[in-house]
Amino acid sequence: MTGPARNDSFCVHCGQPADTGHVSCHNSRTALEPPRFCPRCARRMVVQVTPSGWQARCSRHGEASSADAPATN
Amino acid sequence: MTVAPQETSTEADILTVAREQVLERGTGLSERQILDVLRLGDDQVPDLLALAHEVRMRWCGPEVEVEGIVSVKTGGCPEDCHFCSQSGRFPTPVRSAWLDIPGLVKAAAETAETGATEFCIVAAVRGPDARLLSQVREGIRAIRESGNDIQIACSLGMLTQEQVDELVEMGVHRYNHNLETARSHFPAVVTTHTWEERWETLRMVREAGMEVCCGGIVGMGENDEQRAEFAAQLADLGPHEVPMNFLIPQPGTPYEHYEVIEGKDALRIVAAFRLAMPRTMLRFAGGRELTLGDLGAEQGMLGGVNAIIVGNYLTNLGRPAEQDLEMLSGLKMPIKALSETI
Ligand code: SF4
Ligand SMILES: [Zn+2]
Ligand SMILES: [Zn+2]
Repeated sequence: MTGPARNDSFCVHCGQPADTGHVSCHNSRTALEPPRFCPRCARRMVVQVTPSGWQARCSRHGEASSADAPATN
Repeated sequence: MTVAPQETSTEADILTVAREQVLERGTGLSERQILDVLRLGDDQVPDLLALAHEVRMRWCGPEVEVEGIVSVKTGGCPEDCHFCSQSGRFPTPVRSAWLDIPGLVKAAAETAETGATEFCIVAAVRGPDARLLSQVREGIRAIRESGNDIQIACSLGMLTQEQVDELVEMGVHRYNHNLETARSHFPAVVTTHTWEERWETLRMVREAGMEVCCGGIVGMGENDEQRAEFAAQLADLGPHEVPMNFLIPQPGTPYEHYEVIEGKDALRIVAAFRLAMPRTMLRFAGGRELTLGDLGAEQGMLGGVNAIIVGNYLTNLGRPAEQDLEMLSGLKMPIKALSETI
């Protein structure tokens, strides 16, 4: 792996490169998971789930939340 | 084996026995009888659910208690509960996070907006330290100052007597501490503390006058005997509320590859727990979306359940609160109002 070349290069559920298919990360369980890995650099994010949403922070790429990205997979 | 006459039951007649014993007299089933219920054939599940619903309506009424929860301290827990993505001992993707006071106030407001009467503040800890207790104290004060009078529950792990007293004094009216599973199965699930230590916290909570909320998770490799054992142990504890979770196999935990329990088994277990505890609030908690889906959730509400968690959970997402509220309105089950619970 040579690192991210563009946005959304990594799977938010397992942090693997997003272009490898990821069948196993699109299932009924991940549909109920907030993102855990930064889609741009695959760092593990600090994630806070709240009753109506989630916020996720990558130490390099900043904050994302359910308000700007309602779908998680 | 000889069986006491009042406990004699066969597959064919346990529902008849339960109708007289639980529905008419309000006496919960014994461990042996619960096991008979868990062993009913699939063809008898509809009758079982119908009876569990009648029992709930008779002894609890049609109202449903709605609750929201939030994690004030996520991840990094020193304990090793094998189902838990927040244990710091397993390579899970969950990182530690703290929710600040404005975040807590907002979460409580979002919960109250759904019509919920209960807001539970949860922390992933063995037990609370001074920093966590002061965060909870400040959080409760800020929630009250915002004009939100929702009832506040906490789930902060194992407590000392001083901590129990402190929570009472803060106005926490209910404390959640799950026994998680049958006593005989607990050592296979957790090795860093014991079932008995958990029981001791529950005893102190009850004696201090807080409502006891205690349930667990099914689908952690326990067998039917242990499910019956767990229901009987909970009945013995006599909690105000029993939250029922269904295992969500979490990546990185020892239970990562466990199968999700089948919907019909989940419904059978819920109904059996209702027949063991006719007067207890039985709450759908985590995992119901995955195990039961939309249809199964409705069947559960018509099969003994009389309380739900709406919105998201601690680390997982739920279905939108509006969907659950619509379901309740479709089922003509009124949401318990705040005035009736104070
Ligand atoms: S004590 Fe609670 S947060 Fe910690 S590992 Fe066990 S279940 Fe998870
Ligand atoms: Zn993936
Ligand atoms: Zn990043």
